Amino acid sequence: MTVPVEAPPVALSLSGITKRFGALTANEAVDLDLHRGEIVALLGENGAGKTTLMNILFGHYVADEGNVRVAQADGTLVPLEPGSPHAALEAGIGMVHQHFTLAENLTVLENIMLGTAALFSTGGGARAAREKLDDLMRRSGLVVDLDARISRLSVGEKQRVEILKALYRDARVLVLDEPTAVLTPQESDTLFETLKALAAQGLAIVFISHKLAEVLAASDRIAVLRLGRKVADLPSVDCDRQKLAELMVGHEVTMSRREPQASGEVLLSLSAVTCGEGRDTVSDIGFDLHAGEILGIAGVSGNGQAMLARLLSGLEQQTSGDIRLAGREIRAHDAADMIRAGVARIPEDRHRDGVVGAMSVAENLVIEEIRSPRYQRFGFLDFRAIAARAVEAIAGYDIRCPGGDAVARLLSGGNIQKIVLARTLDAEPSVVLAAQPSRGLDIGATGDVHRRLLEARGRGAGVILISEDLDELFALSDRIAVIHRGRLSPPRPAEDLNRAAVGLMMAGQHTEDAAA
Amino acid sequence: MSDILDILLAANFWAAALRIATPLIFGVLGALLCERAGVLNLGIEGIFTAGAMAGWMAAWLGAGLWGGVMVAALAGAAFGLLHAILTVPLGLSQHVSGIGVTLFATSLSYYTYRTALPDVSSPPRIEAFQPLDIPVLSDLPFLGPALFQQTALTFLALALVVAVGFVLYRTPLGLAIRAVGDNPSAVEAQGLSVMALRIGTVVAGSALMALGGAFLTMSAFDAFFFGMVNGRGWICIALTVFASWRPGKALIGALLFGAFDAFQVRLQTEVGSFVPGQVFLMLPYILSIAALVVVARKADYPRALLKPYFKGQR
Repeated sequence: MTVPVEAPPVALSLSGITKRFGALTANEAVDLDLHRGEIVALLGENGAGKTTLMNILFGHYVADEGNVRVAQADGTLVPLEPGSPHAALEAGIGMVHQHFTLAENLTVLENIMLGTAALFSTGGGARAAREKLDDLMRRSGLVVDLDARISRLSVGEKQRVEILKALYRDARVLVLDEPTAVLTPQESDTLFETLKALAAQGLAIVFISHKLAEVLAASDRIAVLRLGRKVADLPSVDCDRQKLAELMVGHEVTMSRREPQASGEVLLSLSAVTCGEGRDTVSDIGFDLHAGEILGIAGVSGNGQAMLARLLSGLEQQTSGDIRLAGREIRAHDAADMIRAGVARIPEDRHRDGVVGAMSVAENLVIEEIRSPRYQRFGFLDFRAIAARAVEAIAGYDIRCPGGDAVARLLSGGNIQKIVLARTLDAEPSVVLAAQPSRGLDIGATGDVHRRLLEARGRGAGVILISEDLDELFALSDRIAVIHRGRLSPPRPAEDLNRAAVGLMMAGQHTEDAAA
Repeated sequence: MSDILDILLAANFWAAALRIATPLIFGVLGALLCERAGVLNLGIEGIFTAGAMAGWMAAWLGAGLWGGVMVAALAGAAFGLLHAILTVPLGLSQHVSGIGVTLFATSLSYYTYRTALPDVSSPPRIEAFQPLDIPVLSDLPFLGPALFQQTALTFLALALVVAVGFVLYRTPLGLAIRAVGDNPSAVEAQGLSVMALRIGTVVAGSALMALGGAFLTMSAFDAFFFGMVNGRGWICIALTVFASWRPGKALIGALLFGAFDAFQVRLQTEVGSFVPGQVFLMLPYILSIAALVVVARKADYPRALLKPYFKGQR
């Protein structure tokens, strides 16, 4: 018996969307149809116009050209009033923003009910809302405590609230902007399972991403945006990583991989180091870092790697244990000591700790060496030398900015990371500490970061690579150690490990036979 | 020591505390509404002056006392609208705009007064609000004179504490106001207008502030004097932090300040011969600062306070 195959009805149709911001064209003649029960991934590099497109759909922006049509309950498509989130909500479009739109001082229930009743009424309806939400939570598996304050929720729980907000308003189309950017791998898996279940109930879902693996795993169809144009719209089964990466970037992509290389003497050695209190601690950890190797430190965020990075950056001091740098014991050190000792620091939060946002690109490039005679004349800053350094670094590292005078804050994450790389690596440090160096970067910028780290390794520096991304760790690391609840497993050669084993250790299973 | 006890046990001390607290209650309610929506309103000092002037002048011109109260509220709302337009759609510095509104409203009030009454040496008086005589309650021993022999405006202020609390915590409008002061993008994402909410709340809050001024000229006194607001607006800004942006605590803060002030006046007459009077005048302010230091250290400011919001911005 065969059931006649019929394409599910269209839930939403974008046609000819063009949006310009001044001279920049963020979207150019983009068409996109979304069907009921379908999960579409909107893939593209940072700045490809994914978020702009979705913000037009939800009414945060008004398109310069083109229109959005939404299916009504009977399936007929009607134009959506542009520029009105209210109209979008009424039409059954729900959006989960990358930066959550939740009021932290209110409870879950209050956030969900916000804007659903007439403003000038006495409200009420909380009991009916609770019943509806209980039912929704049961059906979707998105469980949260309705009376908890948002400020007390974890990131994953906040995201559940955002999705519930949309479902509570009877969304037929759900838009998620980079939903996994802030989630752990486990939370991401759970999210995609939920989304698949919701799609099976007839919801049309579109999510924005630049991560190839999750796009391939979770979507039915993939639309690729590049420089504001839609360059591909394919069923996910017809795609592979290489093809998608090339569509995104527009040219062939070669993923950096390390070549085998003999490692040298011990540069940095930690033994029985303990530091910190509470959740973010390291306790009794030890490892040796050799010249010409990359030591990967894998772990789920919040297991002490941030403390380890602060310790090695000189921002924190160990309470016990020894740290030896090039054979010399390091005690009571501060950040300036570590820089002088040749430790390059690529901080985890590049916007907060990597640059001074209000200062210029040129100033940020020389900020660690400001006492060097190279940038001084008679004890004053030598602006000519600083400007020359900026020109050199901007060219050498392909920092996309209007010039050395540009304010660092206004640059994209990838370009900020390039400033950090130029500042730290050009001094030819002996030790490089890279904390989550490619988090949130697109393929192009990630490739640059990886290439630079491999270059540093090639000239004999020891690199500590702290990361959550197993692909990155296995592509770059000579040895890998796993940090869990502040304890570090003994580093092992990457060849002796596999992804599953490291994944298990990240989840806390410290068995010797976890290795393959 | 027994002198102090005598002061605290006298019914007229508590009546004075409530009377002094009344303009502050209006002011703090207004300020906390604005700040709950994310807008600091330093125009408050000038809005007090404008409310005092406008309400009194309207009554003096024959609009009646309640007519005067209405005019005062409208004057406050007008200056609130000015502040709101400058800070919400235009996104200018709330500090600068607020101080500008204070200077503008104060001088415009003085100018209007002088233009209307060029040659008077002592300001003309109006028939001010009189203490209400409430059956039974006003006649209670101690409690009657302490709490229930106040003018209508004091009872209005107390009723507004309940009303503002109800709106903030029990209505969809209050929910939206609390949300817009914490995260305006949450409000926009739920289909509400950040701009309309903020402008409306600032206008309403400013109208309340002006009632505090009107109380001064139409109930506490019966005429308008230069400099009569005398920093009460600024006290309200401090009390708002003290009150943690809650109407109930705002009432407590205002009463506390009223009690300090009533106490220093009485203490001055008791021991005034040994200590200069200015010391007593400082007392309520010093105590307010002390109370603020204790409370404000853990103050939970509305997260979006002072931050302008532009549509589509994240």
